[in-house]
Amino acid sequence: MNNVPDNKDFTMTTSGREGIRGWLNPTRYGWERVSYWLQRLTGLGLLIYFIGHVYETSSLTNGINAWNSMLQLTQTLGGHLFLLFVIGASTFHTVNGIRLIFTESGKGLGKPGRPDYPYHAASLNYKQKSGIWVAILLACIAMLYGGMVLFGQGG
Amino acid sequence: MGEENKKVVLKVFRTNYNKNESSHYDEFEVPVNRWTTVLDALLHVKSYSDTSVGIRYSCRMASCGSCGMKINGRPSLACYTKISELNKDVIVCEPLSNFPRIRDLVTDFSQFFDHHKKIEPFIHNDLVPLDIKDKDDLVEFEQSPKEVDDYLQFSYCIKCGLCYSACPTVATDPSFPGPQALSQTYRYIADNRDNDKSTRFNILDERHGIWRCHFAGSCSAVCPKGVDPALGIQLLKGHMMGFSKNDKKVANLRAKNKE
Ligand code: SF4
Ligand code: FES
Repeated sequence: MNNVPDNKDFTMTTSGREGIRGWLNPTRYGWERVSYWLQRLTGLGLLIYFIGHVYETSSLTNGINAWNSMLQLTQTLGGHLFLLFVIGASTFHTVNGIRLIFTESGKGLGKPGRPDYPYHAASLNYKQKSGIWVAILLACIAMLYGGMVLFGQGG
Repeated sequence: MGEENKKVVLKVFRTNYNKNESSHYDEFEVPVNRWTTVLDALLHVKSYSDTSVGIRYSCRMASCGSCGMKINGRPSLACYTKISELNKDVIVCEPLSNFPRIRDLVTDFSQFFDHHKKIEPFIHNDLVPLDIKDKDDLVEFEQSPKEVDDYLQFSYCIKCGLCYSACPTVATDPSFPGPQALSQTYRYIADNRDNDKSTRFNILDERHGIWRCHFAGSCSAVCPKGVDPALGIQLLKGHMMGFSKNDKKVANLRAKNKE
């Protein structure tokens, strides 16, 4: 009767957990999973930007030359593209974040009821999906405008 | 209605961790009809090709929750998934993610059930004595259809683990209770017969608890019984933050006033 190995022994090699791979594949389960993935990705990106930003502004303490050479970095093609990412990421993260504040407080999800076949989940409704689409759309518009400003002035 | 005589290839994940076998896929050609389910196809393999394929099943009608597996990459019940609806000539069957694997398609549910037990999945009501000596002490609970609707869909959970397998937080955090246990907590909190929110709130309000859910919604996308665990979890968060209308408090007050 001892066919099933002790949980402790075999979770090490066969835990079956997807790990980070579980986060990285956003395509299997619909828009809510894409939103989850983008919110994480933009959050991490903005954290990196924030650290870089603090480092950049702190260069002021080393004099105006240090500050100016730091500013030069943002005037390169790579710097522009990075700023473009920051614009898109902050717009998406903010708009989707506002949606999530309501969602995670139980608002805008619909009410529990008697489930009928074929069981459409009330929480995965079009109000929620539209919120995600609007966040993506606004991020694209902001990036477009940002791109016009950044590259329109001759880079 | 004539039979279609179509054949599909069933690609089945095989291994036996007790024997330290390395994993591989075996392919079997199976005849299918319009109504053939993945479970039917696997049972055909066991009957006519390879009796050693390890699967778990019981009811064959989406009621017992035993036959969960990944079918073409998505957690599904084998008895509830018709091959004709998959529209593929190759059907890949793999064990559920996020569960320790035992053999072939069979996974170990102990950790999943431990999470379920931890939230104390039964009615707590200190107004009702547990130790009843006289049948006159038995209490009848009044519930309106509206009060039943508040929790009914969550009580349809068959503990199949598909939501647990799809959840991206469970994928990296074994201490996170997972969508099933969290939505079951809401099932009891929303039930007006239960009057002990605080015990369950204390269980869930911790570092690896409910706040790790970020509404990826994948649990509700795969749930085969319409439980919509993501809804239950967000409503539960609303309750914990004091945002939801407290229907139950009102009902409890009404009940007390009647006494
Ligand atoms: S909530 Fe749905 S998917 Fe999760 S265990 Fe219950 S029935 Fe299965
Ligand atoms: S065999 Fe019971 S749920 Fe599939």
